[in-house]
Amino acid sequence: MSDVSPALPSPVIALVGNPNCGKTALFNALTGSRQKVANYPGVTVEKKVGPLVTPAGRTVRIVDLPGTYSLRARSPDEEITRDVVLGHAQKDVTPDLIVCVGDASNLRLALRLALELKQVGRPVMLSLNMMDIARRRGIEIDADRLSRELGVPVVSSVAVRRSGTDALLAEIDRQISKQQAAGTSEWRAPDAGALRGAQREADRILAAVVRGPGNPDSLTSRVDKILLHPVAGLIILLAILFVMFQAVFAWAEPGMDAIEAGFQWLGGLVEHLPLPDLVKSFLKDGLIGGVGSVIVFLPQIVILFFFILVLEDLGYMARAAFLMDRIMGGAGLHGRAFIPLLSSFACAIPGIMSTRVIDDRRDRLTTILVAPLMTCSARIPVYTLIIGAFIPAREVWGFVGLQGLVMFGLYTLGIVGALTVSFVIKRLIWQGKPGEPFMLELPDYKMPQARSLAIGLWTRAMIFLKRAGTIILSMMVLIWVLASFPQPPEGATDPAIDYSFAAMIGSAIQPLTAPLGFNWQINVALIPGMAAREVAVGSLGTIYAISGGEEAADQIGQALSSQWSLATALAFLAWYVFAPQCASTLAVIRRETGGWKWMWVTFFYMLALAYVAALVTYQVSRALGAG
Amino acid sequence: MNTHPTIALGAARVGFRGRIHAIDAERGGAGLPAAELERRLIELGFVEGAAVELLHQGLFGGDPIAVRIAHTTIGLRRREAMAILVSAEI
Ligand SMILES: Nc1nc2c(ncn2[C@@H]2O[C@H](COP(=O)(O)OP(=O)(O)OP(=O)(O)O)[C@@H](O)[C@H]2O)c(=O)[nH]1
Ligand SMILES: [Mg+2]
Repeated sequence: MSDVSPALPSPVIALVGNPNCGKTALFNALTGSRQKVANYPGVTVEKKVGPLVTPAGRTVRIVDLPGTYSLRARSPDEEITRDVVLGHAQKDVTPDLIVCVGDASNLRLALRLALELKQVGRPVMLSLNMMDIARRRGIEIDADRLSRELGVPVVSSVAVRRSGTDALLAEIDRQISKQQAAGTSEWRAPDAGALRGAQREADRILAAVVRGPGNPDSLTSRVDKILLHPVAGLIILLAILFVMFQAVFAWAEPGMDAIEAGFQWLGGLVEHLPLPDLVKSFLKDGLIGGVGSVIVFLPQIVILFFFILVLEDLGYMARAAFLMDRIMGGAGLHGRAFIPLLSSFACAIPGIMSTRVIDDRRDRLTTILVAPLMTCSARIPVYTLIIGAFIPAREVWGFVGLQGLVMFGLYTLGIVGALTVSFVIKRLIWQGKPGEPFMLELPDYKMPQARSLAIGLWTRAMIFLKRAGTIILSMMVLIWVLASFPQPPEGATDPAIDYSFAAMIGSAIQPLTAPLGFNWQINVALIPGMAAREVAVGSLGTIYAISGGEEAADQIGQALSSQWSLATALAFLAWYVFAPQCASTLAVIRRETGGWKWMWVTFFYMLALAYVAALVTYQVSRALGAG
Repeated sequence: MNTHPTIALGAARVGFRGRIHAIDAERGGAGLPAAELERRLIELGFVEGAAVELLHQGLFGGDPIAVRIAHTTIGLRRREAMAILVSAEI
């Protein structure tokens, strides 16, 4: 072919709709992406762009957007949607076609939004998503009539089923081939009167095109009678969290043993290689001992995420936010802060990002400041290591594992810390201005799908392993170098590591951390631990492997329990509950708050809390005889 | 036809069923300017004539409340729900 046509930029198709109507599920189905999908409003808080080749062979770009009830944009996530739809964002995401996505089983608010989108002057079409649910409930929609009433093309889709997007794809092709030019926007932020009128019109259309049972999803109603019961609901919420942390301990054992055995076998192999001792030590103590001691915790991370993902997909998260609203409000937090804080159990970074759904700036800032106090999954290796080494694996009250109980206690400490800090912020900084309203849609329950659950777990496991292979690995190399050089002088009698840079650095900070009961080995682990929390575990693994020689190397836990006092161990745990040991979290705080100020505020208040907590823990435990 | 008096949804009990009679955002507390609160309520579907049912309430002070409006369930606080005037249905 000699004819080289100038590369036209591929058309942009924006997915716009109410929160939780399945936009991201559609986006994933269309583009083969794996963006986060979950059954609560406010999952997506960024715009995402992905390529799609249509059945007719056209390349288009699909844009997934945060959900919204209108284009008025009341919170930072909704601003993203508004800017893209109105063409105020970057040129390359200005939509050539808007696909308004609606939940077919609940179209009322979607139709009002569709009417609003028509005013923007760009080509619009409507996709009735979740058609499977609507059909199962016996809801019938006259799509032709709806299309005539609205004046836009209407198709059905089932985002979560194979070939559920065929009709949508065909219509996209038809629309794109028409190459309609965008008209001028007549959109103006509607006032109450205009909104009212639009909703009336939507209700009129709805009455004309939808037939079906007027009654709501009966399963959801029945389950909610129990889960939203004022007393039982709260007890169940606590029980769920409790079981989650027990399970993290109880179920992980076999998997962890297997991984550990694997790394020991690897270490054994290295032992017999014809290599210089120094290289052997690097492979065995630095890489296998360091990175291996972190990867061992993969099963626990997977179990924790299993619980979180199931709760998210079921539709429980919004209920939990509902149940916790008053308690959180008492601590000065917005009710919508609950979901960001609960996501922070996984990792503070998505947690902080998801605060974009909070409209009020102060409420959002408070949530951002306390999110890193929630126990993220990177703390699990640290907690598990210390608990495993110092807390006996006994049962208390006949059925509860003591180790799991201590773990639960550490999580509780993080939560109480977060609530207390936000209370203080509200009182001292914002001086108790009345809060923004809490209004949250409670979606119908859905059965989690095995496939999406598996993909979610796989994604999280890969993120963890990638961290272990990059940031944690490079920190381990650094630690090994620091702990191995300089080599001891001829005829030295003390362990070689006592002559290393690591020992020098660790001892230099000793005066600062001695009141906390930290030894120099801990001090060395804390500094690279600022990059990522798990690094502390790896560092201790490497340091004790190098200093312990033959026998102590295999089990860091054993090395710790013979060399630390209980008071030191508890102080170390207390430190990790509060300390700002994660560079990426701080970077996200800087980005989301738009400046350095709040990042430093977070860093220093957490550091101060950690110091005080470790100090008190150590001194009190010693006074009680645990020194 | 309306034999029942109007009350605020924020003062209704669990199990209440009725229709929205009016939105009076001035009564919705100091959290938001009245005009903004009114728009937000309408955007969630609270318009005159719509059927509502109070499904659940929280433990402390009966707050927040879960309200079914058409096919949607919305959690909100009683303070804001004071702006939604409803009349009971028999
Ligand atoms: N049965 C069924 N479930 C669906 C369908 N589309 C989406 N879902 C489910 O609906 C829930 C919400 O889907 P999301 O794609 O996260 O919704 P969203 O519109 O992106 O939500 P936000 O990002 O919060 O605005 C998830 O639990 C999906 O698995 C569908 O067509 N059929
Ligand atoms: Mg989404």
